Amino acid sequence: MIWRRLTVRRTGAFACRQFVEAVTDYLEGAMPARDRARFEHHLSQCDGCDRYLAQIRRTVDLTGRVTVADVDALGPVARERLLGAFREFNTQGV
Amino acid sequence: MTPAGTEFADDGSLVERLRDGDEAAFAWLLDCYSGSLHRLARSYVATAAVADEAVQETWLAVVTGIDRFEGRSSLKTWVHRILVNIARTKGVREHRSIPFASLGSELGRDDPAVDPNRFRGGRGRHAGQWETPPAPWDEVPEDRLLSRETLAAVHQAIDGLPLNQRSVITLRDLQGWPAEDVCNVLEITETNQRVLLHRARSKVRGALEAYFEDTTT
Repeated sequence: MIWRRLTVRRTGAFACRQFVEAVTDYLEGAMPARDRARFEHHLSQCDGCDRYLAQIRRTVDLTGRVTVADVDALGPVARERLLGAFREFNTQGV
Repeated sequence: MTPAGTEFADDGSLVERLRDGDEAAFAWLLDCYSGSLHRLARSYVATAAVADEAVQETWLAVVTGIDRFEGRSSLKTWVHRILVNIARTKGVREHRSIPFASLGSELGRDDPAVDPNRFRGGRGRHAGQWETPPAPWDEVPEDRLLSRETLAAVHQAIDGLPLNQRSVITLRDLQGWPAEDVCNVLEITETNQRVLLHRARSKVRGALEAYFEDTTT
């Protein structure tokens, strides 16, 4: 989406600057087949972009690991209180 | 406190049991989603305490509102959407978040994934190619790459993101939700979801790059 604005100038070619803006569309499978081919062609020729894509993948992986480290679950007091509210609501109702 | 098995895997039967006042069903729901609700709430409000409040108000709204659940979205989506509405209101009240009208600025053009100075300028054959390509991370030892400090740096980078980017990356990458659910909960289009995710991931990568550079020397 964003990167398409940048690609027009150079017919067919895909510069690194456009590549970094196209990475998410690529990973999300939201890229038309023709662009995908150009993207992958560039990837195969460019160490910098290959590294960049690997870093984005690594970033996604690391972000996924943050979750487990700090689970912000409900405290026992709040949990009891909510269960109490549920009970109360259901006995007094109907 | 671990959610018990898959007995409620089916939304319909879970909702039915909630309506019947089945406390075990409600407890299961609490244990299943309180963590993710809290994290999502943190995108909108300044402190963990206010996020806790938002989570508890959400659950109370679920208790009193389950009869109105129509099953047009999944129960998970419905619950998270209630949270977003509550947390957003609280965030506005504490002047932290700006109402969703500001989405436009977060989708704006002037927010390149990588500093433009790292690419060659001009109009020549090499214009737009890397001037300063990223350094490989393969040389960072695995235990440091996955260390608590690194994850703290990721967390900090996410905290520093604009509101909508933070919400999207939290749900997508931190919690591993599919794009479709994120669009439903945040009520944004698929394209906007992708743009926000792109901005967010690009910035977190940039923060990690700076972090590794600082600490490898």
